[in-house]
Amino acid sequence: METEKQLYTISIYTENNIGLLNRISAIFQRRHLNIESLNISASEIEAVSRFTILVNMTEESVKKIIGQIEKQVEVIKAYFHTDEDTIYQESCLFKIKSDLLFEERQIQNIIKESNARIVTVNKEFFVLEKSGRRSELEILHRELNVFGVMQFVRSGRIAITKDKLKITEMLNAFKN
Amino acid sequence: METLTSKQKEYLEQPKDRISGSEAIVRCLLAEGVEVLYGYPGGAIMPVYDELYKYEGKINHVLTRHEQCAAHAAQGYARISGKVGVAMATSGPGATNLITGIADAQIDSTPIVCITGQVPSHLLGSDAFQETDIVGISTPVTKWNHQITKASQIPEVIARAFYIARSGRPGPVLIDITKDAQFEEFDFQYKKCTGVRSYKPVPEIDENSITAAAALINSAKKPMIVWGQGVILGKAEEELKAVIEKTGIPSAWTILGASAIPTVHPLNVGMVGMHGNYAPNVLTNECDVLIAIGMRFDDRVTGKLDEYATQAKIIHFEIDPAEIDKNVKTDVAVLGDAKTSLKKLVSLLKTNSHPDWLQKFKDLYTIEYDKVIKNDLYPTAKGLTMGEVLKEINIQTKGEAAIVTDVGQHQMIACRYADFNVSKSNITSGGLGTMGFALPAAIGAKMAAPEREVVAIIGDGGYQMTIQELGTIFQNKVPVKIVVLNNEFLGMVRQWQQLFFDKRYASTEMVNPNFVAIAQGYYIEAKKVTKRENLAAAVKEMIASDEPYFLEVCVEKENNVFPMVPSGASVSEIRLE
Repeated sequence: METEKQLYTISIYTENNIGLLNRISAIFQRRHLNIESLNISASEIEAVSRFTILVNMTEESVKKIIGQIEKQVEVIKAYFHTDEDTIYQESCLFKIKSDLLFEERQIQNIIKESNARIVTVNKEFFVLEKSGRRSELEILHRELNVFGVMQFVRSGRIAITKDKLKITEMLNAFKN
Repeated sequence: METLTSKQKEYLEQPKDRISGSEAIVRCLLAEGVEVLYGYPGGAIMPVYDELYKYEGKINHVLTRHEQCAAHAAQGYARISGKVGVAMATSGPGATNLITGIADAQIDSTPIVCITGQVPSHLLGSDAFQETDIVGISTPVTKWNHQITKASQIPEVIARAFYIARSGRPGPVLIDITKDAQFEEFDFQYKKCTGVRSYKPVPEIDENSITAAAALINSAKKPMIVWGQGVILGKAEEELKAVIEKTGIPSAWTILGASAIPTVHPLNVGMVGMHGNYAPNVLTNECDVLIAIGMRFDDRVTGKLDEYATQAKIIHFEIDPAEIDKNVKTDVAVLGDAKTSLKKLVSLLKTNSHPDWLQKFKDLYTIEYDKVIKNDLYPTAKGLTMGEVLKEINIQTKGEAAIVTDVGQHQMIACRYADFNVSKSNITSGGLGTMGFALPAAIGAKMAAPEREVVAIIGDGGYQMTIQELGTIFQNKVPVKIVVLNNEFLGMVRQWQQLFFDKRYASTEMVNPNFVAIAQGYYIEAKKVTKRENLAAAVKEMIASDEPYFLEVCVEKENNVFPMVPSGASVSEIRLE
């Protein structure tokens, strides 16, 4: 079994219930495992939530964690994927002084080349949005930092798998 | 006065279905077949107690002297009966006092439902009087938990609580109910829960895994079975017996698996683990196929993991998929409940016997007998041993008693030497190791199985953690037999201090009170034995009694429990002295 640590994306389909985040994060906390990023959102199925958790651990550990997560009553199904199994992205926002847009020509080039999007502009500041791989976001962050960034925020990873996840079939099977 | 129309009369005589949340809670419990619950009242649960008062005669509430003991009593009830035990407490400290019992039930897979009162919903999060986030606190130690803030949620949530607690791998469920939901009226309707869509209690059995397991077992030269509580929880005692007898495989048990197969069965080779028997521990590292059934390879069972049965192929029969490969890597995993799996397995097994292999177990038993057992059961030294007390209890109960133990030396001695002829007879705190467990658990066990002899065996340390339950025993006339094996030490810790900390007996010596006087203070018949010649008669008198009975036996102060697998050592490095 692989003993090297690597990044895994964990996808968890759950009922949308209060307290479930606590229950799932407790599984990591109890084993002294760090969560790199965490995102909870709606899924393709009504009233079913999707957790996307990025972790850095060995394959053996991630398998055990999946077992513990799936054991929770309100978890429908949990999976883990490597980066190759998924299409994944993160998103970030930059708040930058509007003056810079006119004073520093270079910024305009950076925005164009990075395919970042200007979300809003007013007299004082503008907000830039960029989605993509972590490395792309980091490059943009580095480049903009030269000029000064008033605020920066980055989301957790979200990921879609290349393979089918048969959640609907699973839920239908319960009804039958 | 206005006379009532026949229609009005009819309406009034109809069962009142618009009821309060608190009445609904009691009706839900009745609908789940609950006859007795254990608890302690307080502000936030008072409406429910008011209903319990009105429903007296239909449901029996037992007032324990501490909420922790309500949880343990519910555990004892569940462990001996296989039914769901119920505990109730108020918010805040009432609820937090349940936690030790809940954690114990979680790690030992015991089905209990705990109901706690909570401050009214509009006060949630305001640091109100006796408010605590019990759902948050209990999350890591419950199979499921939920907070109810509307009366209309009560029937569905309670039905689900019972279903989840008892199905699959059982466990504790906590339901927290705000006081306003208890007062609120609603149209009551109860429906038993038969499934939860996100929850699969029993995995489907893969026939291929059974075939693979059977092939391995049939070709094994030195197979060994280790069964655990999964056999008892899955009611698979007969199926296990059939497998053992057909294959002639020497079979050992974990502490919680004890009593599933009678002690005297010729293929029962004893207990595995830290203070288990010599043969099954040593031969774990010699067998060629290890068949684990309904057990979870706890560290107290395996010792040093990377030297545990590395030579053997491992077959693991297990209901909880998360247990597969958790500690020990398996070669064949058979998911499913033990009863169904073993039934399918047995038809694929060859009739067999392993006389030479079994002889090895017998030879090692002889060594253990000479070095340890003989001195424990037939001591020549002056001081009484815990083992000889167990021997007397075996004689007087014909090995048919349910033995409820606490945690420590007396527990290991009881598990090693008690005769278990009936299943569900070893009620002990295995995984959590909760001192104070035995006395309240014995109350629950005796009330669930009044026809059985229930003997609580407790050390002088653990006894004083929940000694106040003598009050519950007295008030409810629960005829449990209480044996305190008094060595005036926290014996197991002292043993470790002797062996691993150069006899620095830090805070393990106990200056004890007059236990007999305390029991008598609760009007419980009590006796103290200090000499061997008085032991047999005292045990006889205790067992013959129809009332609660307390027996203190003063045993040798510094005896140790052997064999012993030192912490961090391999199971085959088990020490006999």
